[in-house]
Amino acid sequence: MTEHSHDHTEPPSDLVLKVKALESLLVEKGLVDPAALDALIDTYENKVGPRNGAEVVARAWSDPEYRVWLLEDATAAIASMGFVGRQGEHMTAVENTAQVHNLVVCTLCSCYPWTVLGLPPVWYKSAPYRSRAVSDPRGVLAEFGTELADSVEIQVWDSTSEMRYMVVPERPAGTDGWLIDELIPLVSRNAMIGVEKARTPGSSVDP
Amino acid sequence: MNGGHDLGGMHGLGPIAPEAEKDEPVFHGTWEKRVFAMTMATGFLRTWNLDESRHARERQHPADYMRNSYYENWLRGLEMLLVEKGLVTAEELERGAADPSAGASAVVPLQAGDVETTLLKGGPTDMEIDQHPRFHTGDKVRVVNINPTGHTRLPRYARGKQGVVRNHCGAHVFPDRRALGSREGEHLYSVCFSATELWGERLNSDFKVHIDLWEPYLAAE
Repeated sequence: MTEHSHDHTEPPSDLVLKVKALESLLVEKGLVDPAALDALIDTYENKVGPRNGAEVVARAWSDPEYRVWLLEDATAAIASMGFVGRQGEHMTAVENTAQVHNLVVCTLCSCYPWTVLGLPPVWYKSAPYRSRAVSDPRGVLAEFGTELADSVEIQVWDSTSEMRYMVVPERPAGTDGWLIDELIPLVSRNAMIGVEKARTPGSSVDP
Repeated sequence: MNGGHDLGGMHGLGPIAPEAEKDEPVFHGTWEKRVFAMTMATGFLRTWNLDESRHARERQHPADYMRNSYYENWLRGLEMLLVEKGLVTAEELERGAADPSAGASAVVPLQAGDVETTLLKGGPTDMEIDQHPRFHTGDKVRVVNINPTGHTRLPRYARGKQGVVRNHCGAHVFPDRRALGSREGEHLYSVCFSATELWGERLNSDFKVHIDLWEPYLAAE
């Protein structure tokens, strides 16, 4: 594992043992099937992730009709690409422009659009982000290295209901004529939460 | 409830310190994977709903909620529900083994072959209800000042504040009552608040906060 500066990198062994004991109890009681647990984990480790959202954004950048549909009825527009299901039942897409920057949070728990972004990162679920995204969004953005002009209005979306929000970042300059497959790597997960802008051509796009 | 989970506007919780996106694993350690999957799989038993699950995590002592890591809170909530709903006993949980006299469970667990279709189906919360929506786009509303001791999705920082309805999202299952096991619909609105209304006059007030609020949380202004 890589080093992490926060949040329980090395879980206490009693916690690990407790989780193992709980699983064996639930299996013994017939309440869970270990193979189903493996399938659930595999889904969110390997199948459902921010690549889905990046495909949605890249298409919206490339196809004006799709962009309008996405902004008017995100649930249907996203479903049309096959991204449906748990924690994506009711979707809203909000678009960043030169005048407006959107930022998504869930102050009460960790609501997040799983169908397009996968499971949320640790920081999204943690107290520092949840407490300050709604009260000091510029300070939060600065922690991600995102500086906005004073004239840009920030719109924060607190996911208190089952509506799930994704940000359509601004298309970076210098990408005219790019194909969808070339645009996809520019759309980072963090850009679709709204804490960063899309990557620019030539910047690192390591997966 | 005014618990440790209702974090909007709190101070002193430290830097966000995000891991670099490209380096971040989906799970940090096997135990997180298993807690996630056990919570999901038992949720599909339909013995409890999503709001009961959220409320279980929220009912911890606020100091515990805030000290625990994310999946520790999931684990704690799962343990509470398993015992409260009678799927396991506190003694079984303590021992980590089933009580042979307890008898077999009547529920059918989620099968590996059903995981994909179950996840794709999701759990929509929109409903048809007879009442017409009281509010419309552009209406000024004031959030009621309520402090329910049960589950609510009305964050403390919005209570008593004035906002403007951005749009009506249809009727959705009302979480305050769903956490008590009752599936009832109420109209849901996206309501826009100015930073000044929420946090007072100060520097850096050039932003808006949109909060999804059900009709019982709102009064006409």
